[in-house]
Amino acid sequence: MSAPVRTAPRPVLALPLIGWRRRPWRLVERNVLAYRRIWYIFLSGFLEPLLFLLSIGIGVGKLVGDLNVGGHLVPYRSFVAPGLLAIAAMTGSLLDTTFNFFVKMKYSHTYDAVLASPLSPRDVAVGEITWALIRGATYSGAFLLTMLAFGDLRSAWSIVALPGAVLIGFGFAGVGLAATTYMRSFVDFDYVNMAMIPLFLFSATFFPLSRYPAGLQAVIRFTPLYQGVVLERSLVLGDLHWTLLIHAAYLLAMGLLGLRVASKRIGLLLQP
Amino acid sequence: MTMPVVAARSLTKRFGAFVAVDGIDFEIAPGEAFGFLGPNGAGKTSTMRMIGCVSPRTSGELRVLGLDPAESGADIRGRIGVVPQEDNLDTELTVWDNLMIYGRYFDLPRADIRERAAELLEFVQLSDRRDSKVDPLSGGMKRRLTIARSLINRPEALLLDEPTTGLDPQARHLLWDRLYQLKRSGVTLVLTTHYMDEAEQLCDRLVIMDNAKIVAEGPPRKLIADSVTREVVEVRLPLDADTAFEAARLKRFGDRTEPLADRVLVYTDDGDATMHAAVDEGFGADSMFVRRASLEDVFLILTGRTLED
Amino acid sequence: MSTPPVVRVVEREALVYARLWRGLAFSTFVQPALYLAAMGLGLGGLVKAHTGSVAGLSYLDFIAPGLLCASATQLAAGESMWPVLGGVKWMRQFHGVVATPIGPGELYSGFVLWTAIRSMLGAIAFLVVAAILGAVPSAWGILAVPAAGLCSAAFCAVLAAYSIRLDSDLSFPMIMRLGILPLFLFSGTFFPINQLPSGLRPFAALSPLWHGVELARAATTGQFHAGAIATHIAVLVGCIAVGAYFGVRNFAWRLSS
Repeated sequence: MSAPVRTAPRPVLALPLIGWRRRPWRLVERNVLAYRRIWYIFLSGFLEPLLFLLSIGIGVGKLVGDLNVGGHLVPYRSFVAPGLLAIAAMTGSLLDTTFNFFVKMKYSHTYDAVLASPLSPRDVAVGEITWALIRGATYSGAFLLTMLAFGDLRSAWSIVALPGAVLIGFGFAGVGLAATTYMRSFVDFDYVNMAMIPLFLFSATFFPLSRYPAGLQAVIRFTPLYQGVVLERSLVLGDLHWTLLIHAAYLLAMGLLGLRVASKRIGLLLQP
Repeated sequence: MTMPVVAARSLTKRFGAFVAVDGIDFEIAPGEAFGFLGPNGAGKTSTMRMIGCVSPRTSGELRVLGLDPAESGADIRGRIGVVPQEDNLDTELTVWDNLMIYGRYFDLPRADIRERAAELLEFVQLSDRRDSKVDPLSGGMKRRLTIARSLINRPEALLLDEPTTGLDPQARHLLWDRLYQLKRSGVTLVLTTHYMDEAEQLCDRLVIMDNAKIVAEGPPRKLIADSVTREVVEVRLPLDADTAFEAARLKRFGDRTEPLADRVLVYTDDGDATMHAAVDEGFGADSMFVRRASLEDVFLILTGRTLED
Repeated sequence: MSTPPVVRVVEREALVYARLWRGLAFSTFVQPALYLAAMGLGLGGLVKAHTGSVAGLSYLDFIAPGLLCASATQLAAGESMWPVLGGVKWMRQFHGVVATPIGPGELYSGFVLWTAIRSMLGAIAFLVVAAILGAVPSAWGILAVPAAGLCSAAFCAVLAAYSIRLDSDLSFPMIMRLGILPLFLFSGTFFPINQLPSGLRPFAALSPLWHGVELARAATTGQFHAGAIATHIAVLVGCIAVGAYFGVRNFAWRLSS
């Protein structure tokens, strides 16, 4: 009995957003076409972090006053804004890599048609992640401009906060895509909520890590959104430390692992 | 000698312990309309997916356009067109955008795609629906759009998996007509079907598949001539009749008989004579009629089962 | 003798609910508790260190009834959009229901009632968690349950009446982002509405969620004015009445054609 014949695996380390391969960009084009008629749904996604900033940052901020972050007193709004930025990067990149990806894969069979063309499962994974990053970066960029208007960008390093948001998006897009390939039905999307809500609330987003019970603090240090929150908050407030590289590496590893698993799983599911 | 469009030797596909395609051999010549005829589950779709380079073969040899799908899948897919069994048009896009983006998947320049898309919509008679979404289209329209989409890259070969299943007779005939035109323009057609009339109408040559294997191969008329008599008398019996017993009684009127659930088929070269002989001898039946032998009969004789099972 | 049609609709929905308990248990019970812990305790600690109290209450006491009604509203909004359109367009089970002796109006009423019941079940669970955390100072707090039910029914009555008329779900994300989310964030849930710019305060007072929150807050804290309570109830009942007027007609229009 002979060994199964399979296409030779391509090198794993293909960074999305670097255009050395054209094919994944075709998926981005496809999504641009699809959203062209419903641009308002795309654009309105930006409202979510903005409304949170107005309510929690300003409304609740008045009740909270100033916070001591890394030795300086900053208004609560300036503290919570980078947290909201990280959240926006996460949710923005998960929209099209979880639910919408699932619908296209299982119900519309969009990718069956894509894979009958020269595109490969890996092109699909890289393409959808690239699109998610573009979407996430749009929201993060608009939110950064809002922060600028409020005077919440307190350091020149804020310029790195946009690539930082893209990195957060990459981490979650990769894992989101990979996790979605394991979903069997819409009911399984409850798990996405079950993961996202605790991350949203307990990643030192709304109050500093020091206010959590000690045991919980240790756990939170290892959670994914926390890495992004620390990264963005440090960049925006100018509180730099070499350990930021560890947070960045965590997110990068998460994205690459997700991309690898997703490419493999899409191949297994759609090209058995 | 020209290179075959598809050449397979001992081509095998297994899913775990299940053997979907069991060591089949065939060749498809350029410009030919080649069919895989067989009931559902015979292994036709698995074969098509291997040819379309979206399913790796388990073992055996396969060359498509002279290339090995395991090595050059993307290159092969760039030169063929695929019409899948279930429409998978992009429901978030309009008719026109479906063609545009599909052309982009093949890396074609936008200006070329626009020109080609307009021609193709004309060809499949959907020009007036270009700005419609996909959902409101009828089944026949969706299938025609899928065919237009599969032609966007001017493919050398077109793979059609059950192209007319689920369509009403009028939509079917319109589709056959388009496929004829394609064949005349030199495109190699590879199709699967479980309709014998479709196979007879469209295919220059076909293989009959059953249980993951090829059981017969040749041009439709030759397959019929080689394995069946020229005509068939269909004898319909009352519901409570024992068809096996009646088949034995009818045997002496023809060359051979096949009992089915509600009728007996009598194979003979002169149907009228056979029928009159049976009637003259006082054979009682609900009805009797003569028809030409078809691929259905070839399949029945080779496998003992009907295509529609 | 025979069960009234409305009750049979409730029974059917309850069966569906039982199948999806995992996600629904999370969104009904766990999610509000997490919000309460993060916002009430975590953020509340910061508020305590700075302002001490909000409208005479600890931040935890202030936010608990807000989250209670916000959670009821979110559940009602989610249930009254996609599932309603799905019932008539994708899954089409509503057509199956009205093929029985149950009429479209009864289907609508049963649907709203069931959504309110679910919100109240969630409210009970939430109150237990809140009480354990010390966020329910008054024994009147149990009345926050019907307050959440009213609030939920107000949203469900109006939104279900709207959703049944649609052909596509494209407007739903917009309603969530432009309607429900701003209400969630600015209806006196996280901070008192008198902190809003004066021009915006009248809009917050129009929010059904604000009326629900004020009712629930009156219950959990035991501090209330009878006149204010009457106004809040009247507004919510008004919403339900207007929703029902259109809902019964719209359900009949969509399901009988």
